[in-house]
Order: sequence, then structure tokens, then C-alpha cells
Amino acid sequence: MTAYLIRRLWQMIPTMLGVMLLVFLLFHTFAGDPAQVLAGKISNKADIENIRKQLGVDEPYWKQMAIFAKQVVTADFGRSWSTKEPVSEIFAKRIGPSVTIMAPILIIEMILCVVLAMLVAYWRGSLTDRMVMIICTIAMSISFLAYIIAGQYFLGYRLELFPVQGWSDSTLKNLTTYAPLPVLLAVLVGLGPGIRFYRSVFLDEINHDYVRTARAKGLPESQVLFKHVLRNAMIPIITNVAMSLPSLIFGAFLLEKFFSIPGLGREVINAVDKSDFPIIKAVTIYLAFATMLFNLLADVLYRVADPRVEFK
Amino acid sequence: MSAVLDRPESQYQSASSGIWQLAWQRLKRDRVAMVSLVIVALFMFVILLSALGLIASNWDDQVGVSYASPTFMGKVDNSEALSAEAALPELAVPKDAAVVDLSDVDPLADVLPAIAAQAKLLESAVPAKAQSLPFGGDKWGRDIIAKTIKGAQSSIFVGFAAAFIAVFLGTLLGALSGYFGGWVNDLLEWVYNVFTSIPNLLLILAFAAVFNKRGLLTVIMILGITGWTGVYRLIRAEYLKHVNREYVKAAEAIGASHWRRMFVQILPNVSHIILVNLSLLVVGFIKAEVILSYLGFGVPVEMTSWGTMLQEAQNELVIGKWWQFAAAAFLSMAVLITAFSLLTDALRDALDPKIK
Repeated sequence: MTAYLIRRLWQMIPTMLGVMLLVFLLFHTFAGDPAQVLAGKISNKADIENIRKQLGVDEPYWKQMAIFAKQVVTADFGRSWSTKEPVSEIFAKRIGPSVTIMAPILIIEMILCVVLAMLVAYWRGSLTDRMVMIICTIAMSISFLAYIIAGQYFLGYRLELFPVQGWSDSTLKNLTTYAPLPVLLAVLVGLGPGIRFYRSVFLDEINHDYVRTARAKGLPESQVLFKHVLRNAMIPIITNVAMSLPSLIFGAFLLEKFFSIPGLGREVINAVDKSDFPIIKAVTIYLAFATMLFNLLADVLYRVADPRVEFK
Repeated sequence: MSAVLDRPESQYQSASSGIWQLAWQRLKRDRVAMVSLVIVALFMFVILLSALGLIASNWDDQVGVSYASPTFMGKVDNSEALSAEAALPELAVPKDAAVVDLSDVDPLADVLPAIAAQAKLLESAVPAKAQSLPFGGDKWGRDIIAKTIKGAQSSIFVGFAAAFIAVFLGTLLGALSGYFGGWVNDLLEWVYNVFTSIPNLLLILAFAAVFNKRGLLTVIMILGITGWTGVYRLIRAEYLKHVNREYVKAAEAIGASHWRRMFVQILPNVSHIILVNLSLLVVGFIKAEVILSYLGFGVPVEMTSWGTMLQEAQNELVIGKWWQFAAAAFLSMAVLITAFSLLTDALRDALDPKIK
């Protein structure tokens, strides 16, 4: 186990170097001189000269790469180009709201999707099954934007069930007052693809011999599904959840933009708008790292879910 | 004996039809798929006409009053149009203001009459603005139907073009990796790992930040360059499987080059995967384009797409002008994407060799 973990962590290094190379190629060689990028966005000449010096724009590429590598290793990406705040401070401030929104979304969505998909799989082939599948397909076809715009308008503005937007300093108030509407909308959007995915996972399992055996010995169908099939379908469920975990940090950036939630996602959109490269670079590097860690976590959890899985 | 020989050759050929014919036969039996196909074909026909300039070429014309209401709603109070009209005369020079004669110092004095005459010609060309349009108008009184068609054209074009690029890249790299193996495989797997370790939307935004220029081509390139990984994975797996099959060995024996074996021998055998993934990507990229354009990183300002329409619609909804929102989000986009998704599902079932 320990040997496996060490080897997996060791294998992350080339990928991480690749991510750094990609980010470097994009932001240092492809994007060109920051003086040009920032023309019209930052008017102060001295500021731009400062940025150029920090990046080492006039130095050879290998030196620039070394400066960038040092930033990555020390997790110090300098200051934001537009607000001059240190990037690490921006991160510390923005990550809380993103998690406040995304954690409930992930948990509620997973539970709802698994339970509903189980029910649909239970009624497989029936009219209910087909109706649910058609509704899911239609629901998936409507843009996420449409859900947010309509939800904010009808539930927030017209019916006044929720505040239209806003955020406070107290986590409790955020969770009870400001988060419910964005969470509700995101869960609604996630139901369509989620139910479809888990349904196909469960239907794959249902054709196995152990299910037939369980039925043959007279177990009720509900017990077959929720006890036998669910446990055997854990691996794709873990994969799916682990794959959506990086979004816990990045957040549903559209939700953050619409509901004025000061999270990391909104920060990234603003950064793209203002060509604030240090923030985008930092988010990309951190998130790539987090994604790799979550993938490793998923692989370890496979073992917990299924003792037959061996670490090779 | 002779009766057997006399049989026309075509009869033997039709006895065993290829995978595409079989798939088409299966698809034809699927009623949902056929309805979806008709809807998708209709959309394609409409945007083809629009691309040729036959319809909706004047989508930018201000044919109605501001927020002209849909005709089917009958007479509705339109305070926005009234206030817009009321605001106009204030902008014009007051008629009774004393006009100082500047003709002796004005260098344009000689040409002014000519300009005035021209202006008069243009003025008379402006038609009366309609109070209501078939499906309403936007803030500048542009016809929502024409605008939706033009928006569909940009969104669908971006979706298809980007999907073609992504599928091309994915197929090429996947084929190289699966066929050659060795260091080519290691290198491409590394690139794949790098691209997939960054969440897709963040990668798109990072590219958008660097390209830093709005434009149809930019969006297509961004989506195409970031979206190839899924196809790569599938095609690589297929090539790994096919490269050791007998027909490829046989091709090698008769001296077919690597290139020929990869793209003439193996490619047709994996083309069904390419087709299904192409249509999956089209759906995904249309949705992505809508989000990018909404955020302002998408199509340029002088164009319209479903994304920019939704951006305008957000503010219109608050003042009760729901038609642009309905036209963009539900009547066009949701219908097309639903039909396209159902068609893709049916296509996948029809092309799956396991289901016979």
C-alpha cells in the first residue's frame, strides 16, 4: 500500500511538469509580452515594467521557466496584475465561498441521483423508466444558463422565495439564506446526466449472475438492488464523484457569477476578462494537482469498496 | 445449373450488407431517431439558407420598435418603446434654435447641400417601425426570429467546426499512439495526462485568456484544441486491438505502408466510434459556445449567437420581455440539442455490433 502510494506520487511528477510546461507555453511564449497584453488594461507604465522584470521577459526562455518553476514550488505566484493583491491571499479568501456552495451540491446531487437511478432501474423497461429518461434528455438539452436565468427570475425575483443574490461573512447565514437557490439550481441541472449515468451503471450490474442467484434464493427486489447491486456498483460511483471533486475548488463559476458569490470561479472569470495571468496560472496549477490527488484517492477507495482490487 | 449462373450479381451483394447499411436499417426502425433526424435536418436546412444569405440576412435591421411585442399577444402596453421614442427628439437639435450662419468660415459649406440631399434620400428609406413582430423584438427592435436563426447559425457552426477539429486531432493522435506503441505511445499518453489533469472548463478559460481576442475562429480553435482527449482515448484503445488482427498483418505482408495500414485498413473499422463521438462533441461544444459567448469570450460583438441572446435576455426578463429568452433557450437550442442527443443515442445503438 505504502509502496503503491509512493509510486503513484512519483508518477505525478512528469504530469505535473507537463502541466507547468503547458501553462508556461500558453502564458509566456504564446501570449507574448505582458506590455502588449496589458495595453489598455493597466495604464501605469512603471507597473508594466515591474511585471516584465518579475517575469524576466527579456531573459532567455530557460531563465523565465526557472522563475516560473520557483513560483510553482514555493506556491508563491506573486501579485495579481490588476488588484496587486498577493495571489495566495486571493486564494485563501475565495476558496471558502466556493466550497460552501459546492459541497452541498455534490452531496445532495450524489444521494438524489443514486436513489432516483436505483428507482428507475427498479422499474426498468416500464413506461415510468422511459418517461424519466426522456425528461432527463430534455432537461440536459436546456442550457445551464437558462436554468440559472429562469430560476433566479421566478424563484428569486418573482416569487421571492430566495434572495436574488448576495453573500455575507457568516457561513451559517450563507448556507441558510444565500446558498439554497444556487444549490437547488445546480442539483436540478445535475439530475439529468446523473440519473442517466447511474441507471446505465446499475443496469450493467443487474445482468450479472450474482443478481440472478440473489433473486433465485427469494430475496425481494428492493434488497437485491440496494444491498447487492449498489455495493457492486460502487466503483463507477466513486470514479464519478472523484472526477467531480476538483470542481469543489473551482466551483460552479457560472453560479458564482450570477449570484455574486465571491468564490474562486468568479475570480477566474474576472481574471480572464482582465488578462490577470498570475491568478489563472495559479488556479490551473493548483487544480491540476488537486485533480491528480483526487484520482489517487479514488484508486485507494476502490480497494475499500472492492477487496478484490489489487494495487499493482 | 444455368439458372444459378444467370442470377444477377447484385443479388449476392445485397445478401450481406455492410455495417453502415445495417445500421441505417436499424435506425430507420427507430421512430424517435427518425423524428430527431428530421428535426436536425430542418435546423441544418435553415442555417444553410441563412449562411447563403437567403434568409435572416437582415437580422441586424431595426425593423420594429424597441421590445416590439409578439404579434400573437395582441395589443400590449410597451412603455419601453414609448420612452425610447420620447427620448429621441431631445437628442436632435431643437428646431427653433437660432442658427448662426457660418457659411463664410465653414469649409464644408459648399458640399453641405449635397450632404443634406443624400441624408434626405437615406431618411426616406427608413420604413415605419412595426409595433409588433411575429415573435417580438429585442431592445433595438430587431426581429427575434431572424436573430434566433442567425444565432443558431453561429452556435451550430462553432459546434460542428470545433467538433471536427477535436475529432481530427483525437483520431490522428489516438491512431499514432495505438498503432506504433513504444515511445510514441508514452509521449502521447503524457500529453493526454497533462490535458486531462486540468478541468475542462478551466482549460478552455485559460486558452481564452491567452488568445484574448473574440472571434469565431478563436472559439473554434479553443474548443477544438481542448476537446480531443476523449476521442483520443477511445481510438487508441481500438487501434491497440486492431493492430494485431490478421487483416492488418495481411496488409503488411503485401507491402502496405504504415500510413496505408493505419488510415486505409484500420480507420474504416473504427469509423462508427468516430461518428458517435463527433455528434457527442457537437452537442457539448454548442453548449460550451453558449456559455463562452455569454461570458463575453465567444463570438464577436457584431455577431449574434444563442449565448449573446441569453446574455441580453437576462436583463429583459426582469422587465417582462420574455420572448428572446424563450426563443433562444427553449424553442431553438433545447429542441435542437434534444433531437441531436436522441439521434446520437440511437446512432450508438444502431452502430453497436453487439446488438443485432
